[in-house]
Amino acid sequence: MKKNTPLFLLGIVGCLAILPAATSAGELQSLRGAREITSPSQDPEVVKLIPDQKPIKRDFVQQPPLIPHKIDGYIIDRNYNKCLSCHSWANYKSAGATKISPTHFIDKDGRELASLAPRRYFCTQCHVVQADVEPLVENTFQPVPAIK
Amino acid sequence: MSTTGKGVWNKLQSPSTRYSVLTLLGIGFIGGIAFLTGFLGELKATAQESFCISCHEMRENVYLEYKNTPHFSNKSGVRATCADCHLARDLAPKLARKIVAVRELFHKVKGTIDTREKFLDHRLTMATRVWGEMKANDSRECRSCHDAKAMDYAKQSRRAMQQHIRGDREKLTCIDCHKGIAHLLPDMKDIDPSAVIGGHI
Repeated sequence: MKKNTPLFLLGIVGCLAILPAATSAGELQSLRGAREITSPSQDPEVVKLIPDQKPIKRDFVQQPPLIPHKIDGYIIDRNYNKCLSCHSWANYKSAGATKISPTHFIDKDGRELASLAPRRYFCTQCHVVQADVEPLVENTFQPVPAIK
Repeated sequence: MSTTGKGVWNKLQSPSTRYSVLTLLGIGFIGGIAFLTGFLGELKATAQESFCISCHEMRENVYLEYKNTPHFSNKSGVRATCADCHLARDLAPKLARKIVAVRELFHKVKGTIDTREKFLDHRLTMATRVWGEMKANDSRECRSCHDAKAMDYAKQSRRAMQQHIRGDREKLTCIDCHKGIAHLLPDMKDIDPSAVIGGHI
C-alpha cells in the first residue's frame, strides 16, 4: 500500500486536471455569454429614455408607480434626495408632482414616523424609468381587470 | 530720505529736456500695450480650467464631480468650464472676483480644505456663499449662455415648461432651483429638510 501511495496521489491530481476541461466543454454558459473571464463584458445597449409624460397606469395592484420622466443626473445620496425636491409632502404642491405614499412613513416595525422611513429613501430601488424596448422575456402578462 | 523723495517727485513733475514729446508718447504707448497685454493675458490664464485644477482641492473634489454632469459632457458637445459659471464676463466684476480670490490663496496656504474630510466639513458654507452670489446677481453667469429671452418653453419637456413658467411668475432666479447641477450637494438638511434622510416631511 505504502509503495502505491505516490501513484494514487498522481491519479487524483490527474483527475482534477481533467475535470475543469470537461465542464467547460459542456453546455454551461454564464449570463455574460461565451466570453472568457478575462475579456471585457459586452457593452450594454444604449437605450433612449421616454421623454416626460403623464403618470403611467399601474399594471398590478402592488406595483410601485413607474417614473414617467427622465432622471439623468438625479442624485440620491446621504446629503440629499433629488426626487424629494418635488415629491416630498412639503414640495409636491408647488412642483405639481405626485406626493410620496403614506406607506413610506412606516418603518420595518410598523411604527409611523414623522419623516420618510430610511428603508424607503432610495426611490429607484422600486421606482424605475421607462425606455421603449422589447421585453427581455416574451410573456402574455395582462393587468387585472380592476385596474385596467 | 524725505528730501530724496522730494527730489524725485520734482524731477518727475518738471518737463523733460532730453526727450521729445513724440518719444515720450511712443514709450508710453508701447509700454501701455505691453502692460495691457500682460495683464489681460494673466487674467485669461488664471481663468483656464487647467489653472483652477492645478490645486488638488479643486481637482479632487469639485472637478471630479463636475466631470459626471451635463456641463462637462452632453449631446451637443458644448462645454462650460469653471470660469464660465464662476467668473463674470465683464471686466469690473471679473476684477472684483480676482481680488476676492486672495481669500482662496490664504486658505490654500492655511490648508483649510486640504483633505476630503475638511472639504466636506466646509462644503455647506462654501456652497451657500456661491448660491448667495448667484442669487444676488440674478444668476448672471448662467444667463450668459442660458438667456431667458432665447428660451422656447414650448420646446421644453412638460415638467420643465411648468417649472419655468412658475419661476417667472414667482420672480425666481436660476440658482433657486438649479442647485447641485455641476457638483454634488452639501448636507441639505437646513436648506430643504423634506428632501434628506431622516428630515421632516
